[in-house]
Amino acid sequence: MTKKITIEPVTRVEGHGKVTIHLDENANIVQSRLHIVEFRGFERFVQGRPYWEAPVLVQRLCGICPVSHHLAAAKALDVIVGAGTGNGLTPTGEKMRRLMHYGQTFQSHALHFFHLASPDLLLGIDADPAIRNVIGVILNFKDLAVQGVMMRKFGQEIIRATAGKKIHGTGAIPGGINKNLSLAERDEFLYGADPLNIDKMIEWAQASVDLFKAYHKDHSDMIDNFAKFPSNHLSIVREDGAMDLYHGVLRAIDTNGKKILHDVDYQDYLEYIGEEVRTWSYMKFPYLREFGKKDGWYTVGPLARLNTCDFIPTPLAQKECEIFKAYTHGKPNNMSMHMHWARLIELLHSAEMMKELLNDPDIMGDDLVTKGTKQKEGVGVIEAPRGTLFHHYRINDNDQIDMANLIVSTTNNNQPMNNAVRMVAEKMMTGHKEITEPMMNAVEVAIRAYDPCLSCATHALGKMPLEIALYDKNNILIDKKRS
Amino acid sequence: MNKSKLSILFYAYGNPGRMDDGLGNEFVERFELWTKQQGLRNFLFDSNYQLNIEDAEEISDKDIVVFVDASEEDIEDYLLTEVDGSSKVSFTTHAASPGYVVQLCEKLYKKKPKVYLLHIKGYEWEFKEGLSQKAEENLVKAIEFIKEKFQYPEKLL
Repeated sequence: MTKKITIEPVTRVEGHGKVTIHLDENANIVQSRLHIVEFRGFERFVQGRPYWEAPVLVQRLCGICPVSHHLAAAKALDVIVGAGTGNGLTPTGEKMRRLMHYGQTFQSHALHFFHLASPDLLLGIDADPAIRNVIGVILNFKDLAVQGVMMRKFGQEIIRATAGKKIHGTGAIPGGINKNLSLAERDEFLYGADPLNIDKMIEWAQASVDLFKAYHKDHSDMIDNFAKFPSNHLSIVREDGAMDLYHGVLRAIDTNGKKILHDVDYQDYLEYIGEEVRTWSYMKFPYLREFGKKDGWYTVGPLARLNTCDFIPTPLAQKECEIFKAYTHGKPNNMSMHMHWARLIELLHSAEMMKELLNDPDIMGDDLVTKGTKQKEGVGVIEAPRGTLFHHYRINDNDQIDMANLIVSTTNNNQPMNNAVRMVAEKMMTGHKEITEPMMNAVEVAIRAYDPCLSCATHALGKMPLEIALYDKNNILIDKKRS
Repeated sequence: MNKSKLSILFYAYGNPGRMDDGLGNEFVERFELWTKQQGLRNFLFDSNYQLNIEDAEEISDKDIVVFVDASEEDIEDYLLTEVDGSSKVSFTTHAASPGYVVQLCEKLYKKKPKVYLLHIKGYEWEFKEGLSQKAEENLVKAIEFIKEKFQYPEKLL
């Protein structure tokens, strides 16, 4: 007979999630599950719509990461309009998209670290919830909070300049882009008054990596051992093995670093990746077909990307990457809290990439679109801030979408998030019959490390209730908490 | 409407691809057009999917800020309420509440603009563009209300 604890939803995570933890009569954990109410209606919704609408339509999915969906859809449609996969665009088309993407990654990572994760890290997981929030961070680390705000703002301005507007951006179109960057826009980003210029962003990004490393030095036991478990890792990488968040081939490695998906073309992703449906969750569980449902699951996102790539093609981030990899002696890093470290290295890389792109004259070119021979089907994959994002479309003879399949980053991380919850639950809740605030928050910290966007997974409208409930051995609710 | 020198920002948030969730965005589009026709240059406008931390900086140099959002609450058609930094900090997601943005502004920039939230009642939230008929009616009423209310903005301080 078991007792069940439910935590739903998870604070500071978008969408709607619920954690249930089953205890036996001795209060041992016998099962824990992260439930997410995934709504798959969007794939049906786009059926019948003209294919060229998709990059704008998909932004209806989520107001948190619309740029990632915009670009993944555009990449899939590049294939359909015959512009190739990733390398078929004009230099201006590709580089404008890259700038948009690195701007999105930069602002997303800055938001996550400074305003979602830092309260836990800087004030302590078990700190009073009344102060363990961003206001508490402001009171104790005001400069840091201001930096977070301005880094967000810089990234948002990059998005506005490349996508055209904040809402329903239209920058990326099938086969390219619909605008270049003007000289004035470029100069503002390069040489704008402090702090809104790229050199200041790089300086702050480097400082944030240093801040994490200093924190890690003093709290290595918690950072290294909290929700640590072996995992496969998957991402796209550039063909030479470099980190590339915009385009590349699919690579996966196992927990020992052995390559198990050998840099394959993502157009063929269905040959390699399956999605398992489990009765207790609406969110699917992706897995590598070759290794089956039980062993084929994988982690995506910053930690996975640092693990799969051979190097980072910008100097400051590469230096940090070397330190990161040296910490595990070149073996894959499976420490959940190191996701934050990896995220900050990517923050630095994104800033460096933006500077490189802003200094490239192609960004102001006039050749924006590539045309080719139309295809019936296309797949677009991008490394969204939270991990690998798949968009797959097929069209009919009337140029209407007749099939769409999306695997969002949060869905890819379904099993690892479940594992993280279980690790924490076993450590914090075994032997207890009530839920305490530190227990609740520890579970949330584990999930937050993955920065899940449940809005993407559920397509909800940003509603975010939180509830924790405890069930006894007969599955009867005996305790319930909401935050 | 008088020629006030106050800096007034109307800031909508919502997703216009989700029917009535775009009520605020549509409000801003229409009201901005009207203020331009009236030559009211001190009225500023912005629109986004949701509020976020950088908006604390954006509101820090304004005299009056009106956030505009679609509402599922039990209201008749529209409602204008005051927002202050004492509102519950509800930064529980990747988005932020108006009260949270105000609080951030106060803490980070030591500025305290007068902030209101205009709630406009919505009814349908599907993956479609365009407002429902009842939401459209509420929007028209809300615009007329704001035109009247901002005849003399100094009174709102």
